[in-house]
Amino acid sequence: MGIANWIEIGRMDELGRMDTPAHRLDARAKAVVTLAFVVIVMSFPRHAVSALTPFLLYPVVLIAVGQIPARHILKKILVAAPFALVIGIFNPFMDRVPVATLGPLVITGGWVSFVSIMFRFVLTVGAALALVACTGLYRLGAGLEQLGVPRVFVMQLLFLYRYLFVVADQGVKMMRGVELRSAGAHALRWRVYGSLIGQLLLRSLDRAERVHGAMLARGFDGKIRVLRQPSFRWTDWGFVGGGLLFLAAARAWNLAEAFGRVLTGMAR
Amino acid sequence: MSTCAVDVRDLFYAYPDGTEALKGISFRIEHGAAVALVGGNGAGKSTLLLHLNGCLPVQRGEVRIGDVPLTRETVTLAQRAVGMVFQDPDDQLFMPTVAEDVAFGPLNAGLSPEQVEARVAAALERVGMAPVRERPPYRLSAGEKRAVAIATVLAMAPDILVMDEPSSYLDPRARRRLIELLRSFEHTRIIATHDLELVVEVCSRVIVLDTGRVVADGPTGQILDDEMLMLAHGLERPHILRHRHPH
Repeated sequence: MGIANWIEIGRMDELGRMDTPAHRLDARAKAVVTLAFVVIVMSFPRHAVSALTPFLLYPVVLIAVGQIPARHILKKILVAAPFALVIGIFNPFMDRVPVATLGPLVITGGWVSFVSIMFRFVLTVGAALALVACTGLYRLGAGLEQLGVPRVFVMQLLFLYRYLFVVADQGVKMMRGVELRSAGAHALRWRVYGSLIGQLLLRSLDRAERVHGAMLARGFDGKIRVLRQPSFRWTDWGFVGGGLLFLAAARAWNLAEAFGRVLTGMAR
Repeated sequence: MSTCAVDVRDLFYAYPDGTEALKGISFRIEHGAAVALVGGNGAGKSTLLLHLNGCLPVQRGEVRIGDVPLTRETVTLAQRAVGMVFQDPDDQLFMPTVAEDVAFGPLNAGLSPEQVEARVAAALERVGMAPVRERPPYRLSAGEKRAVAIATVLAMAPDILVMDEPSSYLDPRARRRLIELLRSFEHTRIIATHDLELVVEVCSRVIVLDTGRVVADGPTGQILDDEMLMLAHGLERPHILRHRHPH
């Protein structure tokens, strides 16, 4: 089923239901640390690259402890990559001030900031995906709500996620209908696409109404309830404390450089 | 209980675009009865069903669930008494796992975790879906989805079951299981369907709708066996009845 199959939307749910130390952490703890992670990674000056490398540790540890297949996460990062590429791609053209030379190669500030943008993208999206894979979106949503995120946003997020699959499926079916009747002509006219997308929107709205009806029929009053109320344990506090400490240290000092100095010092 | 009979009196409904879907429908269904709503496409079956648990507001006429007339204030009561199984299970199953989906209604009703768990286990057991309780609903087959959708409604312990095309998308075996399940319920059942053979096996009474009106209402054998009536309203006499006659 095309893209929906390739990025394996349902797979994230299965991963989220596994039982590992990373999964057992409270959703709120992981959400807080990941949010701090994203904010701190974004706060670096625009030419930072080496100082960012220690931040790889967080998503990598989460993925490793959570036993998440790294390939799966990488694939999803790839799907989102074009967006970051569009944001960063003009930097090399706008900023041509040379900052370093590598033999005959002159490296401009633009290229450095481009690499920095792409690296930050991989870090933040990777951390967010690792968070979802280690928590499951539904538990994450419940956690966010407990943290005080407005319920409307949480519900939006959860339903977007649940029905992405169904709507994508609907889109695929419509495309198949078009293909079957376009007699091998590959280039569709734009007008056809316009009406297809309009149709898909209308169908999605209809479905949204039916789903809402089904929820109301089962006594939905705007509040999500979960069977097991999670409790915040000392391991969760430890995770939050340790995580924030690491992030603060990595922001304050360039750990990569320090590590390099230690290594070269030892070599000497 | 007093909330088991369904009474519809002179019900009218027009959609916002002006389409008159219901033009004066009246019937009464007693406690424990299994009644089929049949009629061609656009006869008003689905519109009528949506009135029974307050998904659509009553514009003119009256819907009574037990002794209570359905109004904006009594909608919650109706929702508790009337369990609605929608035509497309994808509209009804929106939680990440089967168990959580079945628990959705009871949790909203404010039951304790132990009570909810008991309801979930009992409802899944009843429809034979206990083995898939931890699976995500969208990974199930059409027959399993339908059974789980019915379980989500059973878990609310309704007095009345309302179903829209319960046998659509089902293969013969899943359909057979569904029929056995429907026959085993002691609830008041209102089933809108084109599957007339299912009607013969499950329902004792048939209400025929055409363009928003009740055109016939009576015992299943009598109504469905009336070839002229069936053909006049876009239906046909089910085979199962033809072969019942002595040759």
